[in-house]
Amino acid sequence: MREGVSGDAEPDIEKYTLKSEKHDEKDLHTIADEYEKSFLSVGYDPDESERSGSFLQLDHSVMCSKVLQEGVEVMSTTDALLKYPWLSQYWWRAVAAEKDIYTRQVDRKQTHGYFLRTLPGVKTTFPLQSCLFIGQEGLSQNVHNIIIAEEGSELHIITGCSVAHKVRSALHLGVSEFYVKKNAKITFTMIHNWAPEIEVRPRSGIIVEENGVFISNYISMSPVKDLQMYPVVYCRKNARATSQSIVYASDDSKIDIGSKMVLDGENSRAEVVSRSVATDRADVTARGILVGAAPNVKAHLECIGLMLSDVARIHSVPELEATVEDATLSHEAAVGRISEEEIAYLAARGLSEEEAAGAIVRGFLNVDIKGLPAALGEEVRRMIRMSADAL
Amino acid sequence: MLEIENLYLEVDGRPVLKGLDLRIEKGECHVLLGPNGSGKTSLLLGILGFPRYLVTGGRIVFKGDDIDDLTTAERVKLGMGIAFQNPPVIRGIRLGDMVGLCRGDKSGEITDETRVLAKKLHFTEEFLERDVNAGFSGGEIKRSEILQLMAQDPDFVMLDEPDSGVDIENMELVGDMIGELLHRKELPSKRTASGLIITHLATISGYVDVDWAHVMLGGRIACSGNPDQVIREVMEGGYEKCVKECQETQNQILRNIL
Ligand SMILES: Nc1ncnc2c1ncn2[C@@H]1O[C@H](COP(=O)(O)OP(=O)(O)OP(=O)(O)O)[C@@H](O)[C@H]1O
Ligand SMILES: [Mg+2]
Repeated sequence: MREGVSGDAEPDIEKYTLKSEKHDEKDLHTIADEYEKSFLSVGYDPDESERSGSFLQLDHSVMCSKVLQEGVEVMSTTDALLKYPWLSQYWWRAVAAEKDIYTRQVDRKQTHGYFLRTLPGVKTTFPLQSCLFIGQEGLSQNVHNIIIAEEGSELHIITGCSVAHKVRSALHLGVSEFYVKKNAKITFTMIHNWAPEIEVRPRSGIIVEENGVFISNYISMSPVKDLQMYPVVYCRKNARATSQSIVYASDDSKIDIGSKMVLDGENSRAEVVSRSVATDRADVTARGILVGAAPNVKAHLECIGLMLSDVARIHSVPELEATVEDATLSHEAAVGRISEEEIAYLAARGLSEEEAAGAIVRGFLNVDIKGLPAALGEEVRRMIRMSADAL
Repeated sequence: MLEIENLYLEVDGRPVLKGLDLRIEKGECHVLLGPNGSGKTSLLLGILGFPRYLVTGGRIVFKGDDIDDLTTAERVKLGMGIAFQNPPVIRGIRLGDMVGLCRGDKSGEITDETRVLAKKLHFTEEFLERDVNAGFSGGEIKRSEILQLMAQDPDFVMLDEPDSGVDIENMELVGDMIGELLHRKELPSKRTASGLIITHLATISGYVDVDWAHVMLGGRIACSGNPDQVIREVMEGGYEKCVKECQETQNQILRNIL
């Protein structure tokens, strides 16, 4: 793990407070009404139609943890640890507690987080939803999430992180550990909707056991002060992992994201697709590392950036590392601006220059989201389209 | 519909058209022949006001107004449309979306109207889901360009080699659709759309009836006339010979007048 670009200032975690006013669960409805729009914008539907469970945390208070389908578990990680003594075995197994100052901070000063689990063989019909929301100025939210899909189960998650409009500055630290057991599948769609002064440090590790499938979709379309994340996926024998990210970086956003796929089980497969747009003075680093460490593994990395401003920056860092002979690793990376020829083509169909550029950017961000259940896939596509239309 | 007078055009600073005159009336269909690199495509892109196609002399009058100040989009809104010879791939925009955009629908949904039109051009619904021009075959590009034109339904239709690389069955279809775009089934006085079709082998003239043919040479329209005659002369003797004969005929007429 590299700590950002050398010489850059890291968030000062001491600057943020860990004292949070306790919110009462009874106020859930008032809060859901107040922040309905923000919740919806990150995929959290307070009406819970077409959801198999909900988890909502405001600042340091768990407002809602609800199960809507049998065989599914939703609770705060704090409650889960009390309920299941065995859970401590999953603590800091996919992410090292001593990885960096942020994991250390979460280890020492955790403020809940969610525990989501499907029991063996259970398949969620609708996705589970979760939302981590900051409503208090200057707060440090330090969540630790554990997600487990037991053998042969299928768990679809849509999760969002956002802040109240009134919050100017805050810090979000989020450790997420995923355990995809044998023959199980997790799809994880995460939508970030931050604000120009928010600092964000998620740290994720994903262990995909034999024949397991992990699909991650990440969407961030609003400005953020400084966001850095670098989930690491470990693929055991025959495992499949896909990571797709769509980032629109504007204002002075500094975004450093990527995925690392460690193919340490034979016959495993991985794919990383990253699309980033940088406008204004945004600075985007799009990373991707594929590590082929077992026989007959195959992985591909596609990292494409679109520059919309002369003072923005996109730094694309694709890396391939093979430690065995028969690993097939490939990548394609491209960074460029909108082609004049494409604008002209659309102009010839009656679109003004702005309209044409908008259509091309929307098209660029409109990544084909694969592997989700049909309704969720449609919902995610609609959300991408809506946020792209709002640009 | 369109009057071009003494047009000088530079492409990226390089002179391509040197005093070109062309007049197309409402309801007429013209074909334009000329050797590779003579400036046919440049003429169409100049008419559309493409960024790097700079008019350095003369003027283009469309529907009675000089359009020099107008952007491409504004010209298109006035009623121009084009089927490109080599269109670029547009990633992330589906052909179905594009057809909607041509109709002025920005919803991003593929409508029934689009599906009906696509079927007419022998495209499947799945094809509409493909990114515009991504991996389209030569013939598919031609049909997709015409599909977009039909959604747009412009008054002045420019077609850049709609007949190149099209198989015999598709040629029939392409011909029918161009005929429809240009109201060729209507009585001449009822036709409100005009066309300018670039062609090399004049195949299209076997499928669409044409009023005029022109030969471009040396950056000008060097010869104009009855399409059967012009096309025959080009096919038999080449461009130079056709132009020479054309000039002789012209001189003959002039001599007779004086
Ligand atoms: N974008 C461009 N940049 C530089 N040169 C160009 C450009 N477009 C056209 N040209 C040049 O202008 C001249 C005319 O090209 P144009 O494409 O108009 O010819 P054409 O008559 O359509 O030829 P063809 O029959 O091969 O399609 C050529 O020499 C071509 O290389
Ligand atoms: Mg040409």
